[in-house]
Amino acid sequence: MKKLLLVSIVATMAAVFMSNAALAGRLLLINGAGATFPYPLYSKWFYEYTKVDEGVNFNYQSIGSGGGIRQILAQTVDFGATDGPMTDEQLKQAPGEIFHIPMTAGAVVVTYNLPQVSERLRFSPDVVADIFLGKIKKWNDPRIAKDNSGVNLPGENIIVAHRSDGSGTTNIFTDYLSSVSVDWKSRVGKGTSVNWPAGLGGKGNEGVAGLVKQSQGAIGYVELAYAVKNGLPAADIRNKTGNFITPSIETTTAAVNGKADSMPSDFRVSLVNPDGADAYPIAGLTWILVYKDQPDKVKGRKIVEFLRWAITDGQKYSTDLLYAPLPESVVKKVEEKIDKINY
Amino acid sequence: MKIKFIDLGFKKATTVIALSVVALVFLLVLSMAYRAMPAIQKFGWHFLFTGTWDPVKEVFGALPFIYGTVVSSALALLIAVPVSIGIAVYLAELAPVSVRQPLTFLIELLAAIPSVVYGLWGIFGLAPFLRGSIQPFLSKYLGFLPVFQGEFYGVGMLTAGIILSIMIIPTISSISREVFLAVPFTQREAALALGSTRWETIRLAVLDYARPGVLGAVILGLGRALGETMAVTMVIGNRPEISASLFAPSYTMASVIANEFTEATSNLYLSALIEVGLILFFVTLIVNIIARALIWKVSSKVKGELRE
Amino acid sequence: MCTAAFLCAFLTLVPLISIFGYVFAKGVVSLNLDFFINLPRPVGEVGGGMSNAIAGTLILIGLSCLWAIPLGIIGGIFLSEFGDNKLGTTVRFTADVLNGIPSIVIGIFAYTVFVLPMKSFSAISGAFALGVIMIPTIMRTTEEMLRMVPRTLREAALALGISQFRMTVSIVLKTALPGILTGILLAIARIAGETAPLLFTAFGNRFWHQNFTQPIAALPLQIFVYAISPFDDWRRQAWAGAFVLIVIIFLISFISRFVIGLRYKFPTSK
Repeated sequence: MKKLLLVSIVATMAAVFMSNAALAGRLLLINGAGATFPYPLYSKWFYEYTKVDEGVNFNYQSIGSGGGIRQILAQTVDFGATDGPMTDEQLKQAPGEIFHIPMTAGAVVVTYNLPQVSERLRFSPDVVADIFLGKIKKWNDPRIAKDNSGVNLPGENIIVAHRSDGSGTTNIFTDYLSSVSVDWKSRVGKGTSVNWPAGLGGKGNEGVAGLVKQSQGAIGYVELAYAVKNGLPAADIRNKTGNFITPSIETTTAAVNGKADSMPSDFRVSLVNPDGADAYPIAGLTWILVYKDQPDKVKGRKIVEFLRWAITDGQKYSTDLLYAPLPESVVKKVEEKIDKINY
Repeated sequence: MKIKFIDLGFKKATTVIALSVVALVFLLVLSMAYRAMPAIQKFGWHFLFTGTWDPVKEVFGALPFIYGTVVSSALALLIAVPVSIGIAVYLAELAPVSVRQPLTFLIELLAAIPSVVYGLWGIFGLAPFLRGSIQPFLSKYLGFLPVFQGEFYGVGMLTAGIILSIMIIPTISSISREVFLAVPFTQREAALALGSTRWETIRLAVLDYARPGVLGAVILGLGRALGETMAVTMVIGNRPEISASLFAPSYTMASVIANEFTEATSNLYLSALIEVGLILFFVTLIVNIIARALIWKVSSKVKGELRE
Repeated sequence: MCTAAFLCAFLTLVPLISIFGYVFAKGVVSLNLDFFINLPRPVGEVGGGMSNAIAGTLILIGLSCLWAIPLGIIGGIFLSEFGDNKLGTTVRFTADVLNGIPSIVIGIFAYTVFVLPMKSFSAISGAFALGVIMIPTIMRTTEEMLRMVPRTLREAALALGISQFRMTVSIVLKTALPGILTGILLAIARIAGETAPLLFTAFGNRFWHQNFTQPIAALPLQIFVYAISPFDDWRRQAWAGAFVLIVIIFLISFISRFVIGLRYKFPTSK
């Protein structure tokens, strides 16, 4: 009996290793990590791309933009992903030149869990800032009510949900709050991780959406796709011109188009609080981070092929998943940039 | 000659392998200390006593995490210790023989459940339950105490403490039970002969006698609670703040590492996280040494008396 | 007071029943063939499975055993055969220390000594971390089991003129084998559910693994990611994963109980 047991353990292990050996070398695995903001789109791309090129798998782990930056700097991944551009200081730390390749644009929405309210809520910028600063504590606060006349707001406490990890979504959101609230700018500032004045922390866009969905009375900020896919509402936000804008592909595209002509050559540009009358104010680009000089020639070629595919053929998956495709003029500039990657 | 040669080699080889385990632990401490150096040099002792965790301005203080770890573990002990001792007394002294085996087995099953499954249950089972019934109840009847004030989030310090207590009950109760069983029967007979009731016998003969061993079991449970990561991370709310209320979200040393380790953007940030890990290591080390010493003391005491 | 003790024992069954109730009710209905044979689908799409994560967990267990079992057993032999001195006390103490180190700290250790130098998250680094967790358990049970082998048996063997090495390996070790196996299985049951040390070592993989130097999926890791997500289908799969994980762990525990049963067949020194 003992022997039987031993033999079966050894046999299982052997089988596992054999299967491993059989698989080894057939496929190239390229590892990436970072932003959760574009994760729904990226995972769709990587899934579809297995049909375009059967010889390569892209393994993407959505650990947050801060993680994408950290891991590309430590060279523990083949590419990083972020929706908060790397700072000059971070770029200086890198062992080689890093390119920011913009992949798509998305909207960060203010989402909430109030089952008794069926209307879409509307927020002014200063109200959003003060909710996340913990100054507005109740849902029926007069300042919220002012923008939502006719809505029967409950007297419940507001539960703020924010990111616990380093996040590009946080970067876009705090960039926006810093641009609309002096108080926010001086007390909290902007970054991929900030010192939150109030609320609960969730890991990733997934985690924040999960927290909001789980807790009645919660408010949080997530990428548009995470709200829509989970049946969570996305609030209208008042933009620079005074219009309340519903987050959507169109209003995000309007935000991107405002910057398309003045796009800097390194693509590190903020889209928050744009001028357009119908532009949604909390939008951002999301980038893939790659080394200009690829350390592994084979992987480098596959990455470049994928990037080309993603910004051209791949863009057709964007709208289904509620991301705004890059405008033609930007795609051209991005292709020129991709051509400069050495492998 | 040949046999001697083989045996010498055998001894040498096993010694080297055994020593490699010692080397492993040294390597662990050294490699972590090396990586934590930038943060240790920058913040010094302030790291332990300041409460700001601000990755934007690169100011790091571990106090909220130390506080969260200590309070959640203390809360866990507060619940788990009386319950575990009750279980151990029941299993060792009171339960009918037919109940002992299956009940012991069931309580030990709790120890086999992986931490991540506790977390899953915590998010979808325990937290909504606490938010819906327990927290309003506590707030209504004990709301005058600062620990039961504030908003109900469901997740938070209280939830983490309760989950931890469930996780350490099997550890404390099974060791306590063994310690009770090790108490010589003569002790009980003596108490009974003096005319004690059943409870008095347990209290005088068993509990008093086994106290150091039970204390060891409790501290061993504490060690487990301090280092527990996944279940706590999933239900504590992840907020580096010191709040008097048990309803408020908090953060522990282990969970800040789990959440932020792969995404710390700057070297100083990563270094600060590794320093948190180093602190956690030393705290659990001390706790475990104390626990082992206590358990060893009671077991050698029992052995000593048996020999007499 | 006696009633209170009774209540404590039965109150503890409440969370146990609740956890099993949840895992069973939500896990079993979420299980289907897809779950066992398919790869994860893109985010937010319904369907797909955790086949790669189940395989990943088995591979990680196998890789950890590969180095932790020999090290643990040999360490245990040292403790029982040559360990009645200062050196033995030191090793024993270190093993106990190692046993008490939180698994997340061991994850950091594996990150600094494997992931950073290799410049890649990998199955090997995950197996290293898990192995470190296994070693103390295997070492201490091996020691205990070897010590239980009666001295008369050892003396009889040595009297035949064989070396201590032969005696230890072919007589003592063989006699104590069921007990040692129990220790190994207990160690495996413990690491099978470990998540924390894998977060920044094995890292996770949405595809089949191909290479031990690459990131690899693991069942507990996948459960964690899916549990905190907002997607209903992922949450459903998290429960299914939890159910499968618990079944795996309980199977291992039951086998180990079965092996303990065998242990009583040989005479103990007691």
